[in-house]
Amino acid sequence: MASKAVYSHRDPMLKKRDDFEDILEERRNSSDLRYALRCYAPVVYKGLCPSKAGTLKNMVLQSDQLHYVIHQVSRETGRAVDDVQEEASSILEEMAHRLQLSTVRFFAFTLSKVFKTLFRSICVNEEGIQRLQQVIQEHPVVLLPSHRSYMDFLLMSYLLYTYDLALPVIAAGMDFMGMKFVGEMLRMSGAFFIRRSFGGDKLYWAVFSEYVKTMLKNGFAPVEFFLEGTRSRTSKSLTPKLGLLNIVMDPFLKGEVFDVSLVPVSISYERILEESLYARELLGVPKPKESTSGLIKARKVLSEDYGSIHVYFGQPVSVRSLAEGRVDRCQFNLIPRHIPKKPSEDIHSFVNDSAYRLVRAQEENMVLKPWVLLASLLLQNQVSGQKRGIALDELTEQAVWLRDLSRQYGAFLHWPDHMPPSEVVSSSLSLHRGLVRISEGKVQLALEQTGGPAAPGEPRSAVTPEEELLSQAVIVLSCASYRNQALHVFLRPALLASAIHTASSNKKQEVFNSFSFLRNMFSNEFILCPGATVQDFEEACYLLVKTGALQVTQQEVLVTERGHRTLVFLTSMLDPFLQGYQVVCRFLCEEATEVLTEKQFIPAVRKFIIKHLVAGRLRYTEVLSSDLQKNSLAALLRLGAVRKIKGAEQGTLKVNTVMVNSLEDTLGGKLPTQKAVVARL
Amino acid sequence: MASNTSGGSSDRQRIAQQRLRIIAGHLQRPVDGDSAILAAECKAQGSKPDASREEKTVPRRRQEIMKWNGWGYSDSRFLFNKKGQAEFTGKRYRLSGMIIPGLKDWFEGTFGASLQHKTPATPLLNNSAVQPPTLNEAFVEELKSTGIPFSQDAEDRVFRAHGHCLHEIFALREGKFGRVPDMVVWPNCHNDVVKIVELASKHNVCLIPYGGGTSVSSALECPPEETRSIVSLDTSQMNRILWIDEKNLTAHMEAGIVGQDLERLLNESGYCTGHEPDSMEFSSLGGWVATRASGMKKNIYGNIEDLVVHIKMVTPQGVIEKSCQGPRMSTGPDIHHFIMGSEGTLGVVTEVTMKIRPMPEYQKYGSVVFPNFEQGVACLREVARQRCAPASIRLMDNEQFKFGHALKPQVSSIFTSFLDGLKKFYITKFKGFDPNRLCVATLLFEGDREKVLQHEKQVYDIAAKFGGLAAGEDNGQRGYMLTFVIAYLRDLGMDYYVIGESFETSVPWDRVLDICRNVKARIVRECKERGVQFPPLSTCRVTQTYDAGACVYFYFAFNYRGLSDPVHVYEQVEHAAREEILANGGSLSHHHGVGKLRKEWMRETVSNVGMGMLKSVKDYVDPSNIFGNRNLL
Repeated sequence: MASKAVYSHRDPMLKKRDDFEDILEERRNSSDLRYALRCYAPVVYKGLCPSKAGTLKNMVLQSDQLHYVIHQVSRETGRAVDDVQEEASSILEEMAHRLQLSTVRFFAFTLSKVFKTLFRSICVNEEGIQRLQQVIQEHPVVLLPSHRSYMDFLLMSYLLYTYDLALPVIAAGMDFMGMKFVGEMLRMSGAFFIRRSFGGDKLYWAVFSEYVKTMLKNGFAPVEFFLEGTRSRTSKSLTPKLGLLNIVMDPFLKGEVFDVSLVPVSISYERILEESLYARELLGVPKPKESTSGLIKARKVLSEDYGSIHVYFGQPVSVRSLAEGRVDRCQFNLIPRHIPKKPSEDIHSFVNDSAYRLVRAQEENMVLKPWVLLASLLLQNQVSGQKRGIALDELTEQAVWLRDLSRQYGAFLHWPDHMPPSEVVSSSLSLHRGLVRISEGKVQLALEQTGGPAAPGEPRSAVTPEEELLSQAVIVLSCASYRNQALHVFLRPALLASAIHTASSNKKQEVFNSFSFLRNMFSNEFILCPGATVQDFEEACYLLVKTGALQVTQQEVLVTERGHRTLVFLTSMLDPFLQGYQVVCRFLCEEATEVLTEKQFIPAVRKFIIKHLVAGRLRYTEVLSSDLQKNSLAALLRLGAVRKIKGAEQGTLKVNTVMVNSLEDTLGGKLPTQKAVVARL
Repeated sequence: MASNTSGGSSDRQRIAQQRLRIIAGHLQRPVDGDSAILAAECKAQGSKPDASREEKTVPRRRQEIMKWNGWGYSDSRFLFNKKGQAEFTGKRYRLSGMIIPGLKDWFEGTFGASLQHKTPATPLLNNSAVQPPTLNEAFVEELKSTGIPFSQDAEDRVFRAHGHCLHEIFALREGKFGRVPDMVVWPNCHNDVVKIVELASKHNVCLIPYGGGTSVSSALECPPEETRSIVSLDTSQMNRILWIDEKNLTAHMEAGIVGQDLERLLNESGYCTGHEPDSMEFSSLGGWVATRASGMKKNIYGNIEDLVVHIKMVTPQGVIEKSCQGPRMSTGPDIHHFIMGSEGTLGVVTEVTMKIRPMPEYQKYGSVVFPNFEQGVACLREVARQRCAPASIRLMDNEQFKFGHALKPQVSSIFTSFLDGLKKFYITKFKGFDPNRLCVATLLFEGDREKVLQHEKQVYDIAAKFGGLAAGEDNGQRGYMLTFVIAYLRDLGMDYYVIGESFETSVPWDRVLDICRNVKARIVRECKERGVQFPPLSTCRVTQTYDAGACVYFYFAFNYRGLSDPVHVYEQVEHAAREEILANGGSLSHHHGVGKLRKEWMRETVSNVGMGMLKSVKDYVDPSNIFGNRNLL
């Protein structure tokens, strides 16, 4: 695919990826019932101690770990041991899965039907399946799928059943359990339920972690959970949550198993089922509580075309090799291993780094559809103010340019090369016809006609500017969620492009400072591996130099003539985020003088942004995304520009106006990335 | 047992007479030879030749009865005969002269080795390949005047330049020699050692004490950077029991006596020490003390630190010893613990008083089969919890069980083979044990008959709770015999491209299963990654139980065909295995010691301050590094 240049660091272009196989094809040609009832005999872990779900519970309840915590809790609270034991038992009861093959067969049957109506194809890399089959026998396996849809975990189990692999047990949020019947169904298909937060509850944590570890160590089944913790509403990967990763790494670190294999799985949807649902949620329409009736209402989605799904089972990552030379396992030698202990500093940073690496691995194997590129281009075009849209052939030309660029950056792009580009573009547009409008050969985002259920005949005057803005925002955010799928490809070069843009000179050191500032600022927004600033900078330089957009000498960074287009594209990609963070800063300086609690922050900043958008002082509607707002606040908290005061008022925010101000100016390029600012960060 | 060549004994007589002449004038030796308690000065002066002397195992020229490039006696070795059957030569062991029909298949099956592919050793020692000695003339001159025998013969020097690590033997088989001692001295008694150490200090000569030569820690290797003359101080001629004290049940020995002689001589008086390390045929009392040795029957008799009552050691600063033989003292840190485990870095242990016990009235072997290793470990743990461990209890894993099986000698009677078949049928078919998972514990009971039988029942009852089935005395006995012949087997392997070694650790009970699994798996993985073509033999056994943990032994061997530098690969794998042991809460060593092989991990093992303590002792006792083998620190 690419020239074999001898470069010391890794070249994203040389990434080898497997081919896909459509599993729905067979489903369309043979009986679903026979498929659901076929003989299922997966290979199992070689160290498996066969045990039923019931014996599993006993093993957990009788474990030294739990025993210790039960006595500890009893001592601390004065409750009787039996009482605490009882509680532990009921926690486990509430949590535990009841994996049953019959339920799985039921799902295999119904899901076959559903999938066939919803999707054109479900493509799986079979080499990945083979690798998985191999490691399942060798070591306990943890499956780490990306999380973009409710569909994800049903889909995973469905696939594993299809390929005759061991069915996973899946960590699911307790909110599913509210759905009466479905919750139980999911439980019987391997889900176990955990509370979203149980911060200080020692007993809960002990039961939970012991339950997961027991299943893992005994090789009962692959354990599956979502590193991102929750579904990403923006299609950007979320900063990983470490709790469960800590738990599954623990048996290796304590020597209870020889190794644990972590398998990142990337599930990419051509069209996300929850598309506009997410956009609304981000705009402040609260998420509907999961309920069975709600799910049935969602039946109308069944009549639509959701394109294809690509599932890529990544290279298994051995925890042992991750830990090699990083973790001194001797630290567990001096305290009995069943006594719970907060992870040490080095373990924590090891788990954190590993989590980032794994999420990066998920990102890299996400399949991008041509539409993702189109969405990026259309968004940029919309902001640049061309009210009439962009001509179809121009869009096609730009798309081809972007296709080549993204390939050079190592994107896993599924562009059907056998089709003429114009056809690729038009078929992509037609799949997403809810988001775009084509008239008179021009393409633009469908911003006007989507004001909810507004019928053509209804009077327009009833709609306030705010309401109109919000309804446009739904489309923009939906579109942005597709663009976001490609962000990880362009992120590092884009940070560099923006750094060049904001830096006061071409001096390499200055550009680097600027890069480093931006990277630091955005590390809650994007997946940027901690401590990899220099590496990321080098990668970005490498890519831009290689594609001829940049010349980097010992001292200077120069944009070439033909690099201009690339750099404009890249800076535009990051611009909404830059603007968004600045607006949040401005809000905090201007409006947050009186008491502002964390709870009030989102509604208040939203109001502030709407005001600015309506007044035309702000170009990017997508700044309305509560995700961006939360992330920017998190960044400011992390940098110490805003502090949380724990007192009478819960989570009151104290703003350091000077610092927030200077951060805003630096983001806007008005202030050079001075040493002073950097130092304060 | 030892074959005495006429040359050896006439040599001895000559030196004895010479010494007599020199010393006769200024020593009035009390002659007191007829009691069991024998207070003796240097034996060379002895008017009455020690009756048992001629039976001593180790002559000065060891190479006359022992292999110079392999384990043990020259007359005992495994070989595949013309029919392709394995047999063990010689007459010394129970297995000697027997055919072992199962070994070939096991050997070929386990290692992918073939009898067609041989890697014979260099048969003869080529003297010219040995570096000429670097001599300190002044030292040699003065040594001569003391009359203490010494030698600069290449064979003598090469023999004392190594222990029995794989790399050491491998090099010898290829006829390669690194730095070897420049001369060998044979002191006959404590006073001889005092003189040698004084002379060495005076002339700045490096001394390396040499006992049985069974080290597996590179402890005997001469540091290549040593520029001084290196003198190997062979203690083998200091091999007398000086007295036996029946009132206190102690015996006082010269430290060069080897295990088998010690036990045999004590047995003649109705006693034993009960200290039986696997190397006891060749390893010496002084070596045990210097490395903190452990014996198979420690459950009854204790390890060396429990057995020792008094130690005399000659250091460059003088002689260190305690003033009395009280059974326990509160007199600050026990100075014995500076000596035990000092691995020849501080001085030479010359005389030791040890506890002795009346010989046991009754001995009984036994064995138990468990459905799997986990159950076996659980049983051993329970036995330890109830503190009812027999003299020895060892648990072999499945691979080792199969190995032991392959070593069954040809049975002469049809009846025995029929019984064996029946046993096998009962265990695998009737009891449903998986032949690829089951494992076996071997037992040895000692004491008076009644108690042994009682004890045996108690242990078998516990075993039954863990699914264990009694599997007969024979299996047990064969298990222990294996200990003595396994080192010979390595030589056989090396004739056919197979190299291997064992290493050990000690670990808390809750870690035993984990460490066994992880270390074995690590070995397999490392071999694969380093290009070993065939899966290695990676097996373990639990060999000792303690209140708070156990000693675990790992055996590891592989077929090295296709590797350009097998020893290096071997060392990398062993290194990785040791790292794995440490990461799993195992100790650096249970009883092999540190030597030079494991000293890179000493600091993390004993902490910086610990290192500093040991260093400061060395600095005080031996400031000029006369005992310069560079072990341990």
